[in-house]
Amino acid sequence: MADVNRGNRPLSPHLTIYRPQLTSITSILTRITGNALLLGALLVVWWFLAAATGEGYFDVVNGILTSWFGDLVMFGSLWALWYHLLAGVRHLIWDNAMGLELATAEKLGWAVVGGSVVLTLLTVVII
Amino acid sequence: MRYLTDRKRAEGLGSAKSGVHHFWAMKMSSAALLILVPLFIFTFGAALGGSYDEVTAYFARPFPAIVAALTIIVGFKHFRDGVQVLLEDYVHGTMQKVLIIAMTCLSYGAMATGLFAIAKLAL
Repeated sequence: MADVNRGNRPLSPHLTIYRPQLTSITSILTRITGNALLLGALLVVWWFLAAATGEGYFDVVNGILTSWFGDLVMFGSLWALWYHLLAGVRHLIWDNAMGLELATAEKLGWAVVGGSVVLTLLTVVII
Repeated sequence: MRYLTDRKRAEGLGSAKSGVHHFWAMKMSSAALLILVPLFIFTFGAALGGSYDEVTAYFARPFPAIVAALTIIVGFKHFRDGVQVLLEDYVHGTMQKVLIIAMTCLSYGAMATGLFAIAKLAL
């Protein structure tokens, strides 16, 4: 294989040529939400550290987490958490070679999108 | 020339026999988080927005403290495994290794910091 030209070969058409589909969008959103949750997770750890350190430090960090910026990150993280959780359930189902038919996969996609919104709003109401 | 068939040369050199480990680790942690995350959302959500005294008293209770500690342990392990796949897909060469090491340090660092804080709050 050493003589194969690896540097300058044309790629088979992929992302740029396909129409976005529910299944592909929900798939990449799983990855985006999962990794973006790092920001919210680090803020929460910081908040715990501040609470363990003392009242003055806690007031500073708690002020950031309950500011408009903190609210935005926490609300976004809440949705991302529910979305990633439901999408993860979908993957656990798929791992058993179930639910992979196109119609079922589309339904699962809508269930993940809709379910994450409903659960997010429900959580905000309860908390 | 060696008198060996292609099959005979390949025998015993099969799969690495360890490829499923990462997949299985993700599956285990995701199943655990399926239980922990809802519990954490509602315990942490109840505490967030409270005063310093309310928050410290709340996490001195066993249930909220244990849920928070477990979520931080399993959550950051799950993140470490997940971000490794992300980096392996999009970054290559030395930068890939550097970033995987950096994210591993960050994950375990955040995990240790969170556990220290919760232990101090709880005791």
